Amino acid sequence: MPPYKSNKRHILPGFGLSMGYTVFYLSAIVIVPLATIVIGAFKMDPQAFIATVTSPRVLASYRLSLSTAVFAALCNAFFGFLAAWTLVRYRFPGRRVLDALVDLPFALPTAVAGICFATLYSPVGWMGQYLEKTGIQIINAPSGIVVALIFIGFPFVVRTLQPVLVELEPEIEESAQSLGATRWQTFRRILLPHLFPALLTGVTLSFARAIGEYGSVIFIAGNLPFKTEIAPLMIMTKLDQFDYDGASSVAFVLLLISFSMLLVLNAVQRWQQKSYR
Amino acid sequence: MQTNTTLQEQRKAPLKRNDPPAVQAILILLTLLFFAIFIFMPLGLVFAEGLRKGVAVYLEAIREPFALSAVKLTLITAAIVVPLNAVFGVTAAWAISKFSFKGKTLLVSLLDLPFAVSPVIAGLIFVLLLGTRTGFGSWLGDHGIKIIFSTPGIVIATLFVTFPFVARELIPLMEAQGREEEEAAITLGARGWQVFSRITLPNIRWGLMYGMILCMARSIGEFGAVSVVSGHIRGMTNTIPLHVEILYSEYNYTASFAVSTILVFLALVTIAIKSLMEKNVHNHQPTQH
Amino acid sequence: MKHFHRHTSRLTAGIALFSSLLGTAAQAAPAANTLLNVSYDPTRELYQAENAAFAGYWKQKTGQTVTINQSHGGSGKQARAVIDGLEADVVTLALAYDIDAIADSKLLATNWQQRLPQNSTPYTSTIVFVVRKGNPKGIRNWDDLVKPGIGVITPNPKTSGGARWNYLAAWGYKQKQTGSAEQAKAFVKAIFKNVPVLDTGARGSTLTFTQRGLGDVLIAWENEAHLILNEFGADKFEIVAPPVSILAEPPVAIVDRNVDKHGTRKLAEAYLNFLYTPQAQEIIAKNSYRPRSAAAAKKYASQFPNIKLFTVKDLFGTWRQAQKTHFSDGGTFDQIYTP
Repeated sequence: MPPYKSNKRHILPGFGLSMGYTVFYLSAIVIVPLATIVIGAFKMDPQAFIATVTSPRVLASYRLSLSTAVFAALCNAFFGFLAAWTLVRYRFPGRRVLDALVDLPFALPTAVAGICFATLYSPVGWMGQYLEKTGIQIINAPSGIVVALIFIGFPFVVRTLQPVLVELEPEIEESAQSLGATRWQTFRRILLPHLFPALLTGVTLSFARAIGEYGSVIFIAGNLPFKTEIAPLMIMTKLDQFDYDGASSVAFVLLLISFSMLLVLNAVQRWQQKSYR
Repeated sequence: MQTNTTLQEQRKAPLKRNDPPAVQAILILLTLLFFAIFIFMPLGLVFAEGLRKGVAVYLEAIREPFALSAVKLTLITAAIVVPLNAVFGVTAAWAISKFSFKGKTLLVSLLDLPFAVSPVIAGLIFVLLLGTRTGFGSWLGDHGIKIIFSTPGIVIATLFVTFPFVARELIPLMEAQGREEEEAAITLGARGWQVFSRITLPNIRWGLMYGMILCMARSIGEFGAVSVVSGHIRGMTNTIPLHVEILYSEYNYTASFAVSTILVFLALVTIAIKSLMEKNVHNHQPTQH
Repeated sequence: MKHFHRHTSRLTAGIALFSSLLGTAAQAAPAANTLLNVSYDPTRELYQAENAAFAGYWKQKTGQTVTINQSHGGSGKQARAVIDGLEADVVTLALAYDIDAIADSKLLATNWQQRLPQNSTPYTSTIVFVVRKGNPKGIRNWDDLVKPGIGVITPNPKTSGGARWNYLAAWGYKQKQTGSAEQAKAFVKAIFKNVPVLDTGARGSTLTFTQRGLGDVLIAWENEAHLILNEFGADKFEIVAPPVSILAEPPVAIVDRNVDKHGTRKLAEAYLNFLYTPQAQEIIAKNSYRPRSAAAAKKYASQFPNIKLFTVKDLFGTWRQAQKTHFSDGGTFDQIYTP
């Protein structure tokens, strides 16, 4: 991206100061605190560490956290795309309000969201009373976790797609259609491939956010061992039993997952930037 | 987090590529349905429950001293966190976008790390680092410095959680702007600080404001991480989200939703400022892409 | 790199600025007439009343105004916060094991439970059932909880102190009845088969049962059960006292390290001793905890149904042993959830 890659001598001042402060602040707020978990995990007896993170209940919680996050991210891929498409390309009353409210999940505290969903989907809630009759269970089931995670991740997909959708050159579509492509063909062959990198970035972001989510999930999950117990709750459970090592081990694995997600995200974003240059 | 929504589309008047009205209607309806279930219903519930026992009860709940002290603590925290992270964001964006150096990719990845870390882990690391079980924490304790379970602990955990937002917003912006303007000014004999305050800052001000707003929204609403380091002392270390949870577990259902409306209100104000700002962002940087 | 060194002085200046920003936020130690009572969830209402009473008592006795700050949460969470540096002057938790854990990190003497009368528990409680009005499922005793189709609401014993009392109450009932720990385990396992949700705290469970309408019976502290009737309406719920249950003893203690640091030992001692006075015992009974004093117990006898109570000591030994056998990793609770 920077246009002067070969220019080794910096004319601009402030590299030392800004770089030094960046590294210092990053270390103080992020690296050093996170290192406590890594160091804690390495200080542990390796066997105890492995026994903790591979115990069936912990494994089940990782599986649940990952699978609900994947499922929620896929739902968001669909609904996020839908919302971004509608908000950018169509004109209808209330569009601006909807556009602004996309950010609500980002700004609303997760605990409030959790309490809201638990209340809405309870057997006596606004949604739950109807779902109860149809036999669909949301509360105290993995589907409830997915509902909360869709809420949490939704803004990220919409907000990554919107700018790309806006920048779409109308000529591309027009020329495709003048060459005789149907609307659906244009969408599938031209638009979708073009939007895909941005979509993937948004979905990865919402997935990364969903794996670690705690506040909104515990109220609606039900927290049954092996069934609806998410990985961050395992950390809390271990902490509440004064098992600091156990909590650090579970956290360490979750941290590894997060970090690899970031590397994926970075790769995806570089791909996205390349494809839009 | 690419949040550069634009309203430019209005200028483009995309008449020729419009989908058939039937398709439009179906997609708009689907979108509305999604918003109804996932956005409007929770929002409506908060207000419905908060006002269920009438306006008097509602007002009492949000004017109660513990609620006010929670609001105060939340605003103090945001007031410390947002400037610190803004200064950092500008500094980091300057270093990353104006210079080339080895390890840039790694540095940018590390900046994003707090975004992907579970809030529970964010709280845990500060308990592990600053709690009295460790050498550092007990040294602090012996010298009468209280960090964890008091305001500084809440501030630090919030700093962590909101860490990437300003930098994330500024880096692509400043990279796109390049450095010709600044370099020209330096060649003409301007001092470093002058260049920054006269050229760079005006160029990035909307992006900066926008990042700060994201940062503020998140710092007001953070629950998981703050809950771990707060200590939950009523009237002293409870932020608004924690106060909501406490009221909720005191069976003070109505009050907990009433206080939640403060948060929803703050969120809506933030969103409103943000959408106003988006106009400006794009009026000032029309050639970004 | 050269470039970098030229700016190290400015860098240090930056670091100094940052540190001072954090430093100014550090707070001074609290004044000597302030106490922090770190407690568990259900005692909010109790200590609100006790603190007001104590403030009046102390004012009258010494002329000093005393402020008592409260922190409430899950018992284990609260104990951990104290271990990690939450500077509680007194802890009033759900079970002795949590205070033992604080003693293990040398914040108070290990013999803390002998320092105050009656095992340092100025009030007791027990575990009862809350059912929906009219008791539609006819729940009378522990055995009714394992019947098919009964939804039982109880929090997670791993994260909630109250839930551990629930668990031991059920276990103890069956063990006393059959004399066999194996049968007790099978019985508890059968109960948890009927549990659709494990909230992390007792208050979460109550809300699940009352506000979300889940389950047919809530296993709860006796004092919580009364509070539920007050808060959510005696026309919607009723209390069922099982014939046999556990004597729950939530203990209180002074945190030595913190009171010495704050200079509040005298005040903290007076505060905890105050809980044993007739005035405080009266408040305890009014908040539906079982008082220790015979006078208060007699006065409020009608409020507390006659339940045959066994203690942790009778069946499980010390709390440390009970914790290890049942709730630590790999304990009986984990075993009953092993698929």
